[in-house]
Amino acid sequence: MQTHSPERTAHLPQLAEARNPGMALDMDWVRAVQANTSAIERRAATLPGRRSVKKDHQAAWLLKAITLIDLTTLAGDDTPGRVRRLCAKARQPVRADLLDALGMDAITTGAVCVYHDMVETAVDALRGTGIPVAAVSTGFPAGLSPFHLRVAEVEESVKAGADEIDIVISRRHVLNGDWQALYGEMQAFRAACGEAHVKAILATGELGTLRNVARASLVCMMAGADFIKTSTGKEGVNATLPVSLVMLRAIRDYYQRTGHRVGYKPAGGISKAKDALTYLALMKDELGDRWLEPDLFRFGASSLLGDIERQLEHHVTGAYSAGYRHAAG
Amino acid sequence: MTVKEIFETMDYGPAPESAAEALAWLVDQGDRFGHFIDGAFTAPGDGFESRNPADGEVLATLTQATQADVDAAVTAARKAQPKWAGMGGAGRARYLYAIARLLQKHSRLFAVLESLDNGKPIRESRDIDIPLAQRHFYYHAGMAQLMESELPEAEPLGVCGQIIPWNFPLLMLSWKIAPALAMGNTVVLKPAEYTSLTALLFADICRQAGLPKGVVNIVTGNGAVGEMIVAAEVDKIAFTGSTSVGRRIREATAGSGKELTLELGGKSPYIVFDDADIDSAIEGLVDAIWFNQGQVCCAGSRLLVQEGIAERFHDKLRARMDGLRVGNPLDKCIDVGAVVDPVQLQTIRELVDGNTAGHTHHAACDLPENGCFYPPTLITGLAPSDPLMQEEIFGPVLVSCTFRTPGEAVELANNTRYGLAATLWTENVNLALDIAPKLAAGVVWVNATNLFDAAAGFGGVRESGFGREGGWEGLAAYTRPKGKRAALKPVEPVTGDGAPVDPIDRTAKLYVGGKQARPDGGYSRPVWGKSGLLGHVGLANRKDVRNAVEAAAGAAAWSKTTGHLRAQILYYIGENLSARADEFAHRIDKMTGKRGGAAEVEASIQRLFTAAAWADKYDGQVHGVPIRGVALAMKEPVGVIGALCADEAPLLGLVSAMAPAVAMGNRVVLAASEPYPLAATDFYQVLETSDVPAGVVNILTGSHAELAGPLAKHLNVDAVWSFSSSDLSEEIERAAAGNLKRTWVNNATALDWSQDHTRRFLQAATEVKNVWVPYGE
Repeated sequence: MQTHSPERTAHLPQLAEARNPGMALDMDWVRAVQANTSAIERRAATLPGRRSVKKDHQAAWLLKAITLIDLTTLAGDDTPGRVRRLCAKARQPVRADLLDALGMDAITTGAVCVYHDMVETAVDALRGTGIPVAAVSTGFPAGLSPFHLRVAEVEESVKAGADEIDIVISRRHVLNGDWQALYGEMQAFRAACGEAHVKAILATGELGTLRNVARASLVCMMAGADFIKTSTGKEGVNATLPVSLVMLRAIRDYYQRTGHRVGYKPAGGISKAKDALTYLALMKDELGDRWLEPDLFRFGASSLLGDIERQLEHHVTGAYSAGYRHAAG
Repeated sequence: MTVKEIFETMDYGPAPESAAEALAWLVDQGDRFGHFIDGAFTAPGDGFESRNPADGEVLATLTQATQADVDAAVTAARKAQPKWAGMGGAGRARYLYAIARLLQKHSRLFAVLESLDNGKPIRESRDIDIPLAQRHFYYHAGMAQLMESELPEAEPLGVCGQIIPWNFPLLMLSWKIAPALAMGNTVVLKPAEYTSLTALLFADICRQAGLPKGVVNIVTGNGAVGEMIVAAEVDKIAFTGSTSVGRRIREATAGSGKELTLELGGKSPYIVFDDADIDSAIEGLVDAIWFNQGQVCCAGSRLLVQEGIAERFHDKLRARMDGLRVGNPLDKCIDVGAVVDPVQLQTIRELVDGNTAGHTHHAACDLPENGCFYPPTLITGLAPSDPLMQEEIFGPVLVSCTFRTPGEAVELANNTRYGLAATLWTENVNLALDIAPKLAAGVVWVNATNLFDAAAGFGGVRESGFGREGGWEGLAAYTRPKGKRAALKPVEPVTGDGAPVDPIDRTAKLYVGGKQARPDGGYSRPVWGKSGLLGHVGLANRKDVRNAVEAAAGAAAWSKTTGHLRAQILYYIGENLSARADEFAHRIDKMTGKRGGAAEVEASIQRLFTAAAWADKYDGQVHGVPIRGVALAMKEPVGVIGALCADEAPLLGLVSAMAPAVAMGNRVVLAASEPYPLAATDFYQVLETSDVPAGVVNILTGSHAELAGPLAKHLNVDAVWSFSSSDLSEEIERAAAGNLKRTWVNNATALDWSQDHTRRFLQAATEVKNVWVPYGE
């Protein structure tokens, strides 16, 4: 008996991985977490110099990166037409002739990520492709609307067909060290998501310290987050390598202690193919190959795809490419 | 593999850096090299092959230097030196700056050649070795510029013989050559025989920079060439390498008057407290012990983990090790390259295979089939008594042991003959800044490891050697105070004429541990003045030396007192001496038969007051290192100092050595003026009335020749000074090789005691420890 409709099977984590059920809030663990900023920054600074991926390997890695992109539009002027264009790009992110030249079958992006009002349009546009629709929610990006409305927003988006919900946490709970409140909030959001997967956006650029990032990551995982995500894209500082390192270490710790794999989504500011390679190497080295699949890793990005397309054409032709040679999203 | 397959496996694949340019450079040189002497390459002679340790391929044929080659190099350096020094700091700065620029312009060529020759990963040579080498020349170009204004009393030593190891070939060359040239010296440098190529490329750079002929000379060859340089007519030897060779050089240069600095082995502790950022501490270990295949003198090779987190820490560490990539050094995607030579590989194997204690984990990395590769290795569950916890392995092998308390961490960390570097991880600033000063090491890294910069001195304590490289403190290794030295003739005591003797016995004892003690041997000798017998003094022997050193070692708390307190006590000594000035002056005049006593006492009081003044002002520095953080150059007492005091100035000589040493927190064992000992023995009473804690100052009387050996050999003495008019310099320096104690001997030249040399004493009485504290939240 089939439990999932075919169009919803492609990238959903439950196919490969039991969802993170969460656990009781363990304050001893949370309080013991440390993050030494200087050491983390030094490690992050040397990362790009320690790993290098060239030629065919680079092309393959960039194609992989495309399948991990949550192709995103989160603008006040989004319209159904705009979202349909984006979904079309998600279905065919790379020119067919380039894929042929690389000997690759068709690929798609990891998901399309929109505001609630665009969910139905996106679900429609992606029907039959297997590409999940993610909705940002809970008063995104600030997360300061009434709590019951934030929960209701999650429920509405799920009802509208979203497969993944990107919630924002209340930064004040982290800044004030109110871990119980953060845990409770996250649990409520997770519950409201039902079958849909929940990504917890920590808005790391507003958490003040890497130690706060580490502790917030852990609390959200304890409360059942399927993914932890750096940023809304609207903070002053979005995804960075130091922040990523801290969050990945938290994921690794959580996996080592509970056996549950939680996904990671850096978002905002990743716009270059080279950055994507660095992130992939970071995931591979810190967490292992298992985390290089879309059920456990996503890029939240809007302009990254364009740069990757140009790099792929360069790989195929040997000539540097131009943006207009690749289809707009 | 197809793109499609890689898409599934997500392997890294090869990412080789091209060796073409470097190999082309070797071909351009004919693949054969002579020496670089007097501004030109000599014709290649009989020699040896330089191989790439990653694949065993011959890179070039090098020439084994002969005695004639070394002589020619030293002659060229000698001839060039006056003009080089004479052109002034600003003139030299231009050349150093030009060298730095050229190193930068050819940085990739240097990096690739270094990795080919040494086997280190291209990432390290490209991102660490070569940039640090450039930085060293830039920094010291500045030091040359500032020499006249900031070091007006300093002059160059002359010709420096420099012998460097194979683990950081160009970087060690830079550490040696840049400061030497900046201060107006010329050099004869021998690179390690395994890794001479970047030194020869550097010689080429010197030519391009238009460096005057003879300023830099490079001779190649094995240890025999090193011995020739040590024996040559040079003014200084600077050596980086093993402790055993360093000890031989100490013995070989003993009494020669050649300045010596040694940067030797280590077994540096890497301490992880239970509140540390564990993942960062583990990442730090990658940079500590798997950096340069662990062939790093300051490698954090001895892991000390707090017991409560040890199991989890080791588990995480093993997982991290397994992710390291070992392979072709020129691959930009590997972490660990090739060990430098099959001989070194065999040494590592034998040490690890010979160990049966604990649990050994070899990282689950793929190793290339050929070439000198050894897997990253962790041995847990060792105790300090296991040989691998004590012996330097100089390979990618980490050994580990646990501790319970901060006090125990310090005890275990210091349970070693070495003292090069130490690393500690804790998020508690109180703990970090408490522990750092307690570690016996020249460099301490807090929440970081293997940080280097030209602005911060590097060097060790104990058997890790002496001298600093980098920073203001490093310049002392290549300068000396201006001025000529007069020869010092033996000072003979006044002999008795058998005149009538005062029936009241006046036999001075020794002063040990705050008490007057009878000499162990039970012998004493008379001290005569012109007018008759002045009294008797005890003849100390080796057991009295032992007792005095034990008392000094026991007074370690003195080193932890505040400068303010030490100043107060020194002022008090000065006051009490002043109160008895006439008596002391009279005594000195009687012993010496001269009339300088009053002036000598007054000068002694001034020395005490000057040392007291410095006690809380001889500050360290905060170095401007290029990180967000500080490198605190802390001046620490050397420890226990033994000194043979000047014969000719019985009170002033003793006070001149004692006061600065004690002011800096050292404990001293002083051998009083041999011919005129009674000023020292009278001085006991001054000390006793001045609140000097027991054991801080210990005074022996007797024969300098008899005391020199036991003092210089004593393994719990950290430094030995000799201002004796008996020529004991060679014996002392030879004996000092045992634990590589710091020496300051007069080589039969006189210090003018009427002049104030306090600054020199302060410098000799302290070691600079650089504590790196990166910060940021």
